[in-house]
Amino acid sequence: MSNTTTKTNRGPKTGVIEVPEDVALSVQHLKKVYQTDGGEIEAVRDLHFDIRAGEFVCLVGPSGAGKTTLLKCIAGLLAPTSGLVALDGRLVTGPPKGLAVVFQEYGRSLFPWMNIRDNVELPLKNQGVAKDERDRLVDDALEAVGLAHVPKSYPWQLSGGMQQRVAIARAIAYQPKVLLMDEPFAAVDAQTRADLEDLVRRVWKRLGITVLFVTHDIDESVYLGERVVVLSSSPTVVQEDLTIDLPADRDQLETRSMARFTELRGHVYEQIQRAKAEAPNRTSSTPTV
Amino acid sequence: MSLAKRLAYFVGLPILLLVLWWALTIGNTNFFVPKPLQLFEIFGDVWFGDRLVTDVLPSIGRLLAGVAISIVLGIVLGIVIGSVRLLRQLTEPSLEFLRAIPPPVLIPVLALIIGINDQMKVAVIIFGCIWPVLLNTIEGVRAVDPVLNDTCSVYGISGGARMRYLVLRSASPQIMTGIRQSLSIGLILMVISEMFGSSSGLGYAIVQFQRTFSVPEMWTGIILLGLLGVALSLVFQFTEKRVLRWYHGLREVDR
Repeated sequence: MSNTTTKTNRGPKTGVIEVPEDVALSVQHLKKVYQTDGGEIEAVRDLHFDIRAGEFVCLVGPSGAGKTTLLKCIAGLLAPTSGLVALDGRLVTGPPKGLAVVFQEYGRSLFPWMNIRDNVELPLKNQGVAKDERDRLVDDALEAVGLAHVPKSYPWQLSGGMQQRVAIARAIAYQPKVLLMDEPFAAVDAQTRADLEDLVRRVWKRLGITVLFVTHDIDESVYLGERVVVLSSSPTVVQEDLTIDLPADRDQLETRSMARFTELRGHVYEQIQRAKAEAPNRTSSTPTV
Repeated sequence: MSLAKRLAYFVGLPILLLVLWWALTIGNTNFFVPKPLQLFEIFGDVWFGDRLVTDVLPSIGRLLAGVAISIVLGIVLGIVIGSVRLLRQLTEPSLEFLRAIPPPVLIPVLALIIGINDQMKVAVIIFGCIWPVLLNTIEGVRAVDPVLNDTCSVYGISGGARMRYLVLRSASPQIMTGIRQSLSIGLILMVISEMFGSSSGLGYAIVQFQRTFSVPEMWTGIILLGLLGVALSLVFQFTEKRVLRWYHGLREVDR
């Protein structure tokens, strides 16, 4: 189901990239080299994968695998050294419309001078969405993340988990085609994390959006994803592209106690161990990016 | 804290000091030592007659004009310089040089260039008041959180909207710090700018009283300056509390 062979055709003039019709996000031979005082650091060597519209894909890899670099390239925040990213068949050269990001640092991605409602509303207001429409979208989004009762609070008055809910609400109110999540639950406690995982699955199903979820947590990637892309150590390539054939309805207790879950989890774990072990062979220095 | 309690804290020490001052100067016949009751009696006559229109209000007007222009100019220039790294590096030495010049030494020069008028006095105030606002704004703009910056980029918030929703708000704690410093510098420069070759204003009036040995009148002028400082500080605190409510809340939580 993955690794669809695509005829790539760079068209920088028009920005139109040929990809199969059902592909929402296409990462093609992406390479990112950082220029530093200590020389060049190759964070991402050659990443190549497609995500079909409506898919929930988890990206997992050892720490320092260039996950954040990749995500920033996809979000148009960083320009790749070579290769390309295409969203809905259009070359990404800057932050594209139709893409929302939920960052790991929830405390630093919400505006502390705005209340919850204003935070969620701002991107829509900035886009010139009419007031009625805006109100409806914001209400729906807050409802969806279970925060309809605190619109007037400020982010810093809420717990970490609730702040991340606000960031998710802001992302879904924006009505993105693709939702990127950069280790969004790495900094919240385990119980909140389980709640938020189920919340993201629910939102994904309800809205039918495409989700790319970056994590370093193997369990989380298997529990959440329909597909798990395992990255190698830096300089990064795709180590494995794995379909998660678990039932669509996931449950924290039931799903996690399935034999298949344990199997898949073990498989991903092995892959990551292998990635770590192979790392020194690929490069003499192992920079952390 | 209740309003009554806050008011009691606010005026408690001043009243105590006044009583002490009164007690220590009873029976003192030295002409140069001010007595509180005597000053209280003449205060109204000295300042709320013709002088209100000829001296007090023009002084306050020039002060407010100078401070207001400094704030607007300081914030606008600060945002521009703070946003562009090249501009920051180019201007930094010059700004440090200019801010090190004490504005009073410029009064004769400005008097020659602009003339002895309101504009000159306002210019002196601006030359002293703009630096804290400008330099603090530059710092504040530079320190905008990279994650918030990325967030704005992702959601297409750029240009004027980014300035308004992100940069200005994010830098507002530093900007307010700058404004607070500017206010006290402004009051000092208001007085000094009126001491040379001037014919009106609080500073001028106080110098006149000194030269004519109207010692109690001179003291009332000094007290008026102090009261003006308190009033400015109250207005500032009132504004700051509203503008930076989020910031104080955030700091409270972080602690």
